[in-house]
Amino acid sequence: MRAAFVETLTELASADERIVLLTGDLGFMALEPFREAHPDRFFNVGVAEQNLIGLATGLADAGFTPYCYSIATFASLRGFEFFRNGAVWHDLPVRVVGMGGGFEYGAAGVTHHALEDVGVMRTLPSVTIVAPADAGHTDSVVRHVQTRTGPVYLRLGKDERRRVSGLAPGFDPARISLAHRGADGLVLAMGGVSSEAAVAVDALAAQGTKCSLGVVESVAPAPIEHLAELLREHPWVVTVEAHVRSGGLGSIVADTIVDAGVGVHLLRCCVDDPLASDRLGSESFLHEMHGLSAAVLERRIRDFARSVTDATGDPRADRT
Amino acid sequence: MVSPSRDLTERPARSQTMARDIRRLVIEHSYRAHVGHIGSSLSIAEILAALYGSVLHGRPDDQDRDRVVLSKGHAGLGLFAALVLSGRLDLAELESFGTDGSRLGVHPEPGVPGVDFGTGSLGQGLSVGAGAALAARMQGRASRAFVVMSDAELNEGAVWETAQFAGHHRLGNLVAVIDLNGQQAFGTTAEVLSIRDPGAAFSAFGWDVEHVDGHDEAALVAALDVTGQAGPPRVVIAKTIFGRGVSFMERQLKWHYLPLDDEQYARALAEL
Repeated sequence: MRAAFVETLTELASADERIVLLTGDLGFMALEPFREAHPDRFFNVGVAEQNLIGLATGLADAGFTPYCYSIATFASLRGFEFFRNGAVWHDLPVRVVGMGGGFEYGAAGVTHHALEDVGVMRTLPSVTIVAPADAGHTDSVVRHVQTRTGPVYLRLGKDERRRVSGLAPGFDPARISLAHRGADGLVLAMGGVSSEAAVAVDALAAQGTKCSLGVVESVAPAPIEHLAELLREHPWVVTVEAHVRSGGLGSIVADTIVDAGVGVHLLRCCVDDPLASDRLGSESFLHEMHGLSAAVLERRIRDFARSVTDATGDPRADRT
Repeated sequence: MVSPSRDLTERPARSQTMARDIRRLVIEHSYRAHVGHIGSSLSIAEILAALYGSVLHGRPDDQDRDRVVLSKGHAGLGLFAALVLSGRLDLAELESFGTDGSRLGVHPEPGVPGVDFGTGSLGQGLSVGAGAALAARMQGRASRAFVVMSDAELNEGAVWETAQFAGHHRLGNLVAVIDLNGQQAFGTTAEVLSIRDPGAAFSAFGWDVEHVDGHDEAALVAALDVTGQAGPPRVVIAKTIFGRGVSFMERQLKWHYLPLDDEQYARALAEL
């Protein structure tokens, strides 16, 4: 997603002189195309994320559209109060760009695992939050971000090859991006871990359980109407996210179930113990450990579907 | 309740009377609203008078105007007084200060006429001012950015992030004013975290440093009124007296917090 982000932003900046890219000293071998094309609108502000966000407030007030780039934890958490009191309070078009949502930084460790960023940003109701499903959708997501007049949090993954199978090209902020359709149940995913959910859904389909798979890329404002519609069409829903329970995708879905009065069973696959682990490894290893790998998701979804059938007798809930 | 005077804006906002009038408005409206933070507003009366009476270019709706960030937002009442006296804010609105439904609270909010940026959390204003200064330079505008800070605010690490950035990028249109009143929320700056020489700290990051008597308005005007051309950013270290102008408030920490009672109000007004 990072290469697609830089490519699109560099192109947009050629036509839009408001665009400025600020980085907190990260983006080596990634941000260079922008720097080369627009050297007067590129600033490495150093390892100083509070100043990164504060500068952007002053720039945006004067008419610029600053993109503030760092690893997702540092981008979203370190400068959070500056973002709240700056761009958000003053309703300015500052874009905080968090690289590496979830466990993408794997063995780099807990300081680099962005597991709270979406929840934290969702506490600020005027912030647009977008998390493209894969590199293929990043271009249209970035174009959408540039059209927003207020503050934005853009959560990106760094894996360029990752694809969610079955996803139609292009991104519609008012819709959940559907990769599969099936009547037995609904799986909703957010961020890079969506590709794990897609593999699990494919495996379940091969076993006879046909699920719909939706990727929630427009996290705030969430596509509530489409979400409620999908929830009504299915007997159960499973949410998948490399994010803590509070404030993430499962929280959006739970809120919608209550607010829209939909009778649907919910299983939230998320990270319940983000800081407790004393073991590290690759993103795949950490997904496995936290029950978010394709193999574990497949089992969890199957068991959940079965439990819903046992509890309700709804034959749609388990066709395996 | 003692009736406050209402004739301040009828006089021309002449620089030599502005600092005194700022103090009177601060005393009157903090008393009316029963709100503290008086001492912090009194110590920057000359700094505000120098800016709003002499230095600033441009009216509030002029995109090319100089920007001001009151990073020590708890002196918001002092800023509101300066905005009234320079014709940027209506006196009638100031009279709503601290009441339910008013736009004017202790700290300045965005959207108040004449307020460029809302503040209240220490350590954030310098970065915003640096962004405004950088924007002006990128856009080829003559606009300068003035950031009024407290000495206690130098405790905040983010100040030094911006100090490095502004020095490295030689933001010559950025001016920070440090209200060196020696007082902070729970002690003196010397007791809490002493900085032996704040000017030397800024100098180490490439800033031009000016030391002035923070109650000498002419000296402040001379130090603040930079050309805004290429060159290092400037920090003006303004030595001030907390609570200046009201004898029983000077250097007294409790006036960081307390509102005035009737007797204190009458004494304060008499001194001003």
